[in-house]
Amino acid sequence: MEERKPDAHLDLRGVICPINFVKTKLKLEEMNAGEILEIVIDSGEPMANVPRSIKEEGHKIVQVDRVDNHFRLLIEKS
Amino acid sequence: MKDKTMDIKYDHHLDEQTRLKVEVELAKGKKEVFNLDQLKSGGYIRQRQKDLFTVRLRCPGGRVPFEKLKKIAEAGSKYSRSDYIHISVRQSIEIPYVNYKDFSPLAEELAEVGQKIASCGPRVRVPTACSGCEYNPNGLVDVQKLCQEIDQKYFGIQCNHKFKISLSGCPIDCFRTNEMDLGFQGAIEPRWDEEKCIGCRICGYACREGAITNDPETGKPSIDRTSCLYCADCIRACPTNSWEEGRKGLVVRVGGRHGRHPVHGSPIAVLLPEEKMGPVVEKVIEWYNEKGKGRGRIRIGDILREQWSDFLAFIQPTLGEYAVRDPEKPQHITIHSFQTGWTPEYSVIEE
Repeated sequence: MEERKPDAHLDLRGVICPINFVKTKLKLEEMNAGEILEIVIDSGEPMANVPRSIKEEGHKIVQVDRVDNHFRLLIEKS
Repeated sequence: MKDKTMDIKYDHHLDEQTRLKVEVELAKGKKEVFNLDQLKSGGYIRQRQKDLFTVRLRCPGGRVPFEKLKKIAEAGSKYSRSDYIHISVRQSIEIPYVNYKDFSPLAEELAEVGQKIASCGPRVRVPTACSGCEYNPNGLVDVQKLCQEIDQKYFGIQCNHKFKISLSGCPIDCFRTNEMDLGFQGAIEPRWDEEKCIGCRICGYACREGAITNDPETGKPSIDRTSCLYCADCIRACPTNSWEEGRKGLVVRVGGRHGRHPVHGSPIAVLLPEEKMGPVVEKVIEWYNEKGKGRGRIRIGDILREQWSDFLAFIQPTLGEYAVRDPEKPQHITIHSFQTGWTPEYSVIEE
């Protein structure tokens, strides 16, 4: 599957819960439906919480990649 | 605002009053003679003050419509000598400081909006429940609906002692089903569809029980069913719906209680379908009433501790495939560890 080019980026490494999700949410609010937001979050607690919250807000996680001890998520705004 | 309670004094000669029989009008035109302690069974609880009672209202699942709440506030402030209501630990609204002569008009005004009085004493009490899955993000099962069903069908059934039922929507178990004579807790079994899985590993991070391990190469999950709590965290976190809802049902716990010597109830079934809840309630009460004959005020947990295998054999056909294999019997929890001379055997002699 060809990777979709992100329309915006957020580096949330070192940003704790729930601030990481709040920043993601605010960024998504600025974007248009269908656009792609790329975020990088730490493994552990952020990975346990942020994807679930994004899904609960109705957005779609279209890709997840592991980069060292972090995860890169591509989110499609609903 | 004037604090009404400033006028209230204790009465130190109450013992004498409890032996007296008085004529009480519980409903309009229906006068009966009661010993004042007996009124407890109707939800009228005697206070330390002469002639005054706390009136406990029936609020199943702690859900009180605004319309009823308004009427409770209106009638309560009219008939109570206090300026507040008390919210009981089991979600019921209680109107304190009501004179027994006012029972009938109070009950009548509350009945205008369908608000009923609760009960106390040796019977099935008003069931309690969390908000369930209707709007609580953690909720897995509609326990509010099930709670109303229990209230409608089983509230007030006579037993040897109090019989408390509660329901929790998820394994966080806010409604402490292990502390109830009978408890139901929501559970969802996760099912994995390999086709949809993109190997993202989110489920492994989302699982707080260590039940999901992701393959180091492909990221695909494997689940250890013996560690799964049926909380559905993996299902909620999965971005591709590869984890999806499998069987949905109830964990059933029996024999618990709080009080001076709490007993930890035992899980006897897992993922029991909702439609089997009613039959389980009926069977458990049937066994309790049968075994409790002639034994006075004894909780089901104490009888279960004596006759556990008899109970399991009795309930097994109702639980069917959902029964927990060889469950442990209910156990006492020590909360007064300084009381080294006490043994559980004493708890049986309650009469």
